[in-house]
Amino acid sequence: MSKPRSSGPDRSRRRLLSGMAALGAGSLLAGCDRITDNASVKRALGSVEQLTYKAQRLIASRQALAQEFDKSQIAPIFRPNGTTNPQEDYYRAWMENDFADWRLTIDGLVEQPTTLSLAELGEMPSRTQITRHDCVEGWSCIGQWTGVPLADLLDRVRPRDQARFVVFHCADHTYGGSDLYYESLDMVEAYHPQTILAYGLNDAALPVANGAPLRLRAERQLGYKQAKYVMRVELVDSFKHLHGGKGGYWEDRGYDWWAGI
Amino acid sequence: MPSGIGPVANPQPDSRARPASEPGALASSRLIKRHSLGTRLWHWINFLCLIVLLMSGLQIFNAHPALYWGEQSRFSDPFIAIHAQTGNDGEQRGVVRVAGHTIDTTGVLGLSDDNGQLRQRAFPRWATLPGDKWLTMGRNWHFLAGWIFAPSVLAYLLYTVISRHRRGAIFPTRSQLSAIPRTIVDHARFRFHHEAEYNGIQKLTYVLVLFVLLPLMILTGLTMSPTINAAWPLLTELFGGRQSARTLHFICAFSLVGFFFVHIALVLVSGVFNNLRSMVTGRYRITARPAGRVNREESHE
Repeated sequence: MSKPRSSGPDRSRRRLLSGMAALGAGSLLAGCDRITDNASVKRALGSVEQLTYKAQRLIASRQALAQEFDKSQIAPIFRPNGTTNPQEDYYRAWMENDFADWRLTIDGLVEQPTTLSLAELGEMPSRTQITRHDCVEGWSCIGQWTGVPLADLLDRVRPRDQARFVVFHCADHTYGGSDLYYESLDMVEAYHPQTILAYGLNDAALPVANGAPLRLRAERQLGYKQAKYVMRVELVDSFKHLHGGKGGYWEDRGYDWWAGI
Repeated sequence: MPSGIGPVANPQPDSRARPASEPGALASSRLIKRHSLGTRLWHWINFLCLIVLLMSGLQIFNAHPALYWGEQSRFSDPFIAIHAQTGNDGEQRGVVRVAGHTIDTTGVLGLSDDNGQLRQRAFPRWATLPGDKWLTMGRNWHFLAGWIFAPSVLAYLLYTVISRHRRGAIFPTRSQLSAIPRTIVDHARFRFHHEAEYNGIQKLTYVLVLFVLLPLMILTGLTMSPTINAAWPLLTELFGGRQSARTLHFICAFSLVGFFFVHIALVLVSGVFNNLRSMVTGRYRITARPAGRVNREESHE
């Protein structure tokens, strides 16, 4: 095939182009890691979270339900993650007594703070749902949860107008560290019909590995939102004053507060 | 939208091209404007996005380096798993398990050099963004690039479908399709025709990439979001479950990597300067074929 010979300007542009290509490929790898460490880039990357949050709120209606499955699809073992066996003295004491002395406290920006035993929670209307748990790592597991709709508990304590988030305080120090696990939801997710405080898994009492005696299920969110060993529910207008101030244990360690993706 | 993204369907001779009578110029070659500014911008933005999406995607994959079919993860029976295991000799090996077969990939997959030390990690340090094991930052990069990439792909596809001009530039004509065997033979002989329009193979490839692979990437990606699952349950059904969607996301990503290497190889062997120039400045030198052949081809249309 005949090829036109390139003229002078063509040749210099050719050098420029190949130079640009080599420079681009070489610096891309090193560059991305350097950029990642820059604080303002971290902030910019984080602001994408707000975009996703708003877009997903727009797409998914308040009532849009997570898919529910058939009993035959329940996984033989529901994979536990994070803390699976809390060692705290108070927790061991509850456990030895089958959580008879355990109490759930609901307080914060509410008209009527309350304390409930496991038996009292069991007497309230319950919801049972077979849903898929999606871990941020990428795996999924299907289980059947039974518990009290959070909306019913909120109706009982009557949140004040300033309340914007529901915070779940947990009993466990994650990975034996000094920080207690905690998580939070906005009011839309808190009042969602599938958001429950679960005390049962697969027709049995919630096992210790999966968060006994009570854990959160917010089915339109990733796994790290599903706080286990919940002992206090607090309504707040901001979580700035709590722990690292980001609204959750993993959020304080860089994870997105919006866990819908 | 800029008018005419992609190769211009009816290319006009470039005003800056030398007249054929100019000494030194071949009578049969001339410069045309092949790619509009919009196409060129779109191409390079996509290039950057895809690199970031791929490398941050491998970082995310490393957090749970196994793929499954169906709705959930059957941990004991993955379709693909990349991990490290201790061999009979007591040495650690990196292995890829695909549908029951085990392949030793020590040094690259499963077990690779991480700052001077062999460490267990599915994809090696040089392939992930960031290099360190850092899932949350990988997710941040992935979603940033995704928010640029997905809307730009969507706008491009809509425009291509709406504009008649663009349809002609991307979708092959019947005569181009029937000319494909000849095009294959020509390619095998490294005979590349520099023409204004894409040939049948090019067009089919671009249709496959633009209208199948890229939309699949975006849709399988969305299917992994639990909130999207609640909003659009049809998506999960379409792909046969969330874990199937994750596996398809991975397969499509590596199909795009495959396309990338073929694309680069063809750019290199079919005149790297002419090709690069057409995607940077828009100008592309075409050479006319012997008159008889051109006429025969045109008579089909």
